[in-house]
Amino acid sequence: MFSDYTATELGSIFAMQGFAGLILFAVFLLMALGLAIIFGQMGVINMAHGEFMILGAYMTYLTSNLFAEYLPGLFDAYFFVAIVVAFLASAALGAFVEWAMIRRLYHRPLDTLLATWGLSLLMQQSYRSIFGAREVGVRIPDWMAGSFPVTDIVELPINGLIVMLIAIGVTFCVYLLMFKSSWGRRVRAVVQNRPMAGAVGINTAKVDRMTFALGCGIAGIAGSAFTMIGSTGPSAGQQYIVDTFLVVVFGGAASLLGTVASAFSISQAQSTMEFFLGGSMAKVLTLMTVVIILMFRPQGLFTLKVRK
Amino acid sequence: MTMHKQTTGGATGRWGLGKLKLLAASMVLAATANAAAPPTEEVNTTGLAVTDDTVNVGILHSVTGTMAISEEGSVQAEILAIEQINEMGGVLGRKIEYIQEDGASDWPTFADRSRKLLRQDNVAAVFGCWTSASRKAVLPIFEQYNGMLYYPTFYEGLEQSPNVIYTGQEATQQILAGLNWVKEEKGAETFYLLGSDYIWPRTSNKIARKHIEDVLGLKVVGEDYFPLGHTQFNSAINRIRLKKPDVIYAIIVGGSNVAFYKQLEAAGIDMTDGDTTLLTISVTEDEILGIGGRNIEGAYAAMKYFQSLDNPNNEAFVKAFKERWGEDSVIGDVTQAAYLGPWLWKAAVEKAGSFDVDKVREASPGIELTTAPEGYVRIHENHHLWSKTRVGRAMANGQYDVVFETEELMEPDPFPEGYQ
Repeated sequence: MFSDYTATELGSIFAMQGFAGLILFAVFLLMALGLAIIFGQMGVINMAHGEFMILGAYMTYLTSNLFAEYLPGLFDAYFFVAIVVAFLASAALGAFVEWAMIRRLYHRPLDTLLATWGLSLLMQQSYRSIFGAREVGVRIPDWMAGSFPVTDIVELPINGLIVMLIAIGVTFCVYLLMFKSSWGRRVRAVVQNRPMAGAVGINTAKVDRMTFALGCGIAGIAGSAFTMIGSTGPSAGQQYIVDTFLVVVFGGAASLLGTVASAFSISQAQSTMEFFLGGSMAKVLTLMTVVIILMFRPQGLFTLKVRK
Repeated sequence: MTMHKQTTGGATGRWGLGKLKLLAASMVLAATANAAAPPTEEVNTTGLAVTDDTVNVGILHSVTGTMAISEEGSVQAEILAIEQINEMGGVLGRKIEYIQEDGASDWPTFADRSRKLLRQDNVAAVFGCWTSASRKAVLPIFEQYNGMLYYPTFYEGLEQSPNVIYTGQEATQQILAGLNWVKEEKGAETFYLLGSDYIWPRTSNKIARKHIEDVLGLKVVGEDYFPLGHTQFNSAINRIRLKKPDVIYAIIVGGSNVAFYKQLEAAGIDMTDGDTTLLTISVTEDEILGIGGRNIEGAYAAMKYFQSLDNPNNEAFVKAFKERWGEDSVIGDVTQAAYLGPWLWKAAVEKAGSFDVDKVREASPGIELTTAPEGYVRIHENHHLWSKTRVGRAMANGQYDVVFETEELMEPDPFPEGYQ
């Protein structure tokens, strides 16, 4: 199938294909990080994760409108403000939801599943009532649109580069928080042994709330970043939720490294197969491979060894 | 468009001071019309919800759930048409009152609500459904209880029910003329077909491929499908880059649409410079709102209606629509097709001199509308519409610039021979 092309063309395509895989990796990582924290650290299956992402996207939309209206001179820079706003809004809502709903359901995992699914419907319909049923177009500053030509054929999409930078930044921050801060130590202590953690004076209820808020906040950042590459509508969150769960479950809950490794392997497999076989077939094969691997390794790629 | 009467369901009318005069005028009008109106037992022999001065119809679309984004415009168009008809004196001297039900983007709900409209409310006609899946769900019910459905969406064809009038295009009406145009106008020789993975894009691309290969004698260099809701198109775009097709023929729907065009633009595939032509049959002005005009500028769409069509009918329609639903509204192909529904039904009822579904059905073929925003349409024996196909070029402001229209009306052909 390559005989029709020259060697340089092929080289360029492989370079671009590699880059496409990396963008997909960044997207998966951003989607999954928030969920991995919530699912991994708290065992809560948050079906409303996609809707928290879309909250971030709508916040970006509002911020862009505010800047266009009141600070047109600074429009080029609005995106950085939007990311912060998206994080804060989603985290605040997350903290509220944890207080109002999730904390009452910690020992009933199936009920959380149903409750957060209900929450997702509630949030979708609220978006529909507030912002309208139609998708909104988020205006992106000019410098973030278009592509960056490397050679005649190789062009790197700028929005892809930005998504990658955000993904790397967020992952690094989460790593610092979890493994280098005293807060992270407390979170890990609660995960490993809740009664003991409580006994040594850790406020486990507060840790839970902050963890849930952090996960939701990261979802907000992801939503904000995805306004560059996807749609912003009341039910757009549903587009991401399956892939997100796939990455988290495959990586093994409770493992940051697992999430990174899982996002990387799924994105590379998906993007390579998509190139050779087309979109639908690639998806089928990816899902099938994941199912088969999970049959032999139900705990996912990486697991935390905890004494039960 | 100030006066409207709604008693059941739907939005509530607000009566301003200035409207009282209109109310009085309309009452006089109604009274005169009633004097001339034929008696109810004559125009309604099958127990429909028709009184001496009203007739009930149903509107059945999703106003909640994922499909609300698309169906909203159709609801608005149907309500507008009903209000305008009422202002002109109604149908057979009777005001139309609509009962609006929510399909909630859920096909069993569509079925359930349509049963309610037909059995409990005994409506004379239903304007509704959007996706093929929802139409397929209600079809057996309409056939069982002998209802009449006016279905607005362009769709894949392969269906013809005595209980449905299809006011949108079936596949060949949308596809063939567009492909002919791109061959003649752009000298296209190679095509790359893309689609979301479900029945409409697959059937449409099958027809497109047959037409490209067998009729036009040109080449399809690739064909690719993506799951609904797919958001990552970089690999697909690389494939396209490798094949260098003259035309990218895209039938991608929903949120995927937005992702596809944003990423296509970001990948440096320039649709404005003429090297690559993108032709789509799934992006109306409605979808451009979400995609963003800049991301799709230069792409071509084959439709039967664009908001920018330059004719007096359309001018009046766009003006009335904006007055009723807000200055910012955009009107896509399907919205216009939905607007035709109540008018076609009115014409058929008047021709039949009766609201009875059997008589309306019998009267329907041959019904023509000279006031349609898209120009002239006529109902074919097969319950689809004769209509023109047009090609528009997307502009940065989210509107289409109409660059081509077929000279003749395209004949609807829901079961195209040689294309199956």
